Amino acid sequence: MGQITLQGVEKSFGPVHIIKGADLDIADGSFVVFVGPSGCGKTTLLRLIAGLEDVTGGAILIDGRNVVDVPPAKRGLSMVFQSYALYPHMSVRGNIAFGLKMAGLPKDEINRKVERAAATLNLTPYLDRKPRELSGGQRQRVAIGRAIVREPKAFLFDEPLSNLDAALRVQMRLEVTRLQKQLGTTAIYVTHDQVEAMTMADKIVVLNGGKIEQYGSPLELYERPANLFVAGFIGSPKMNFVTGEQAKEHGAATIGVRPEHLKVERDGQGWQGTVAVAEHLGSDTFLYVDTGPLGTLTARYVGELGLSPGDQVSLTPEPSRIHRFDDSGNSIRA
Amino acid sequence: MATQQTQLLARTLLTPAVALLFIWMIVPLALTVYFSTLHYNLLDPGSEQFVGLENFRYFLTDPAFLASLQNTLVLVGSVLAITIVVGVPLALLLDQQVVGLSIVRLMVIAPFFVMPTVSALVWKNLLMHPVSGLFAWLAKLLGLTPIDWFNDVPLLSVILIIAWQWLPFATLILLTALQSLDEEQKEAAEMDGASAISTFIYITLPHLARPITVVILIETIFLLTVFAEIFVTTGGGPGLQTTNIAFLIYSQALIQYDVGSASAGGLVAVVIANIVAFFLVRIVGRNLEA
Repeated sequence: MGQITLQGVEKSFGPVHIIKGADLDIADGSFVVFVGPSGCGKTTLLRLIAGLEDVTGGAILIDGRNVVDVPPAKRGLSMVFQSYALYPHMSVRGNIAFGLKMAGLPKDEINRKVERAAATLNLTPYLDRKPRELSGGQRQRVAIGRAIVREPKAFLFDEPLSNLDAALRVQMRLEVTRLQKQLGTTAIYVTHDQVEAMTMADKIVVLNGGKIEQYGSPLELYERPANLFVAGFIGSPKMNFVTGEQAKEHGAATIGVRPEHLKVERDGQGWQGTVAVAEHLGSDTFLYVDTGPLGTLTARYVGELGLSPGDQVSLTPEPSRIHRFDDSGNSIRA
Repeated sequence: MATQQTQLLARTLLTPAVALLFIWMIVPLALTVYFSTLHYNLLDPGSEQFVGLENFRYFLTDPAFLASLQNTLVLVGSVLAITIVVGVPLALLLDQQVVGLSIVRLMVIAPFFVMPTVSALVWKNLLMHPVSGLFAWLAKLLGLTPIDWFNDVPLLSVILIIAWQWLPFATLILLTALQSLDEEQKEAAEMDGASAISTFIYITLPHLARPITVVILIETIFLLTVFAEIFVTTGGGPGLQTTNIAFLIYSQALIQYDVGSASAGGLVAVVIANIVAFFLVRIVGRNLEA
């Protein structure tokens, strides 16, 4: 079991409020990603759950028990750190076994568990090597091995893939997701990379300025963002925002249209503009269109239209895909 | 920097410095070797004559030699042990976040900046003096008999003074090493359920292996040649109880005026230093390999 509930969790460092009251319900076995810009408090929130920081207010419940006064090791969670935090003078075996050794398990049981964890992660040939003799991806797997061997109630990942190169990151992303599904253990994963968030999560928590902006499944966040911040943060390239007359026509202070929901034509009846930059990715093309009063809009279309900078285009938003926001930035639901 | 021209330039410019350093080293060494083969007594000038290895036989069979060799090793070993055993906890304390820490750190480092002669005098006259010293006053306050440090436990007294001088050095090196210990490693150990003591044994101490090695090697170099502290406090006595090799050579040369024997002793000291260095590097040097 690994059900985690946050009730009005607050954290301040002196006069600075980092977490301003977080309420969250994480179901057993789910993969939850905390995502947000730098300094939004996502890592702090994770460290509060881990017990590496003390909460200023509120309650953290693991399987119904309030753990705010329980030391980290007794919470039954394990953590994978951004720097991996492997013990440099211990072998891979020593690293993975350390937690079990501290728990005072008998030697043969430790060995059995370590061997099994190593086999799961394809680390068996490296068991007697030191961390410095491993590649980045292997170190990452050792850090994960150290987390899974203790059979915790939940895994906590603190930006674990940010030190890997792009190709390895995609591969490890898959491995982590697959492993989590296979073990069925609750996982909380912190990242600033919204692609990681969208691809890995069962549910995403979008944090901004110490507040939870929205909590929902990836597609929910994409299709029904709760406010301007979530709308702008989720999705790549970013959503276009238009204010003024065009927004008023739809009865909103601001309207948002995703680049993929703008129809691009050489001559049409939509918003008129000049192509400023065209990024050709082969499979699709990103256009940055200067539309005068509406500002620069981004449009994405599949395939090639043969457009180049300076060309006149017309952009038409798909009516059903227009997001409307009120004065305070909250989404208006029809 | 790798072109032939720059290499030539670098060599040309370095040559005078290297030559000077070489002469600075080789002339005293050659003279010492030369003197060590002479009967050369300052009280009997003009009578120098070649005696072969007689000076070495005289120095090595002198009962004072073995006693001073033992004193040297005891002194080096004890000071190393004290500075590391006390230095590690002290560094751990100074690594904590406490108000006024910068001042405390400065005060801990201070003894290292006091010259050996001065600190030995302070210890001798202000602290360890059996009549007017602070320790004697404390002992009397508690109703005990004051210890006459330099008569009752002369070698221990010298060791305490030198350990006090070198403790800041060890603490400083260990402290900088502690500050480079990855915070996330300690947190990982905390998550793994390690207690403070386990974290110290399994995480901190292995991390300190390399700086401890550095402390041992550097301190050994200087502790083998301790002289001022002994000269100022005990003068090598009582008897030979605080005479180390360096002090023995001094007494051969400038108390007995026997330059030949002192030169032989100097060369013996070089050999001893090399033997110690050889064993040290064998024992602790592997910690320095990356």
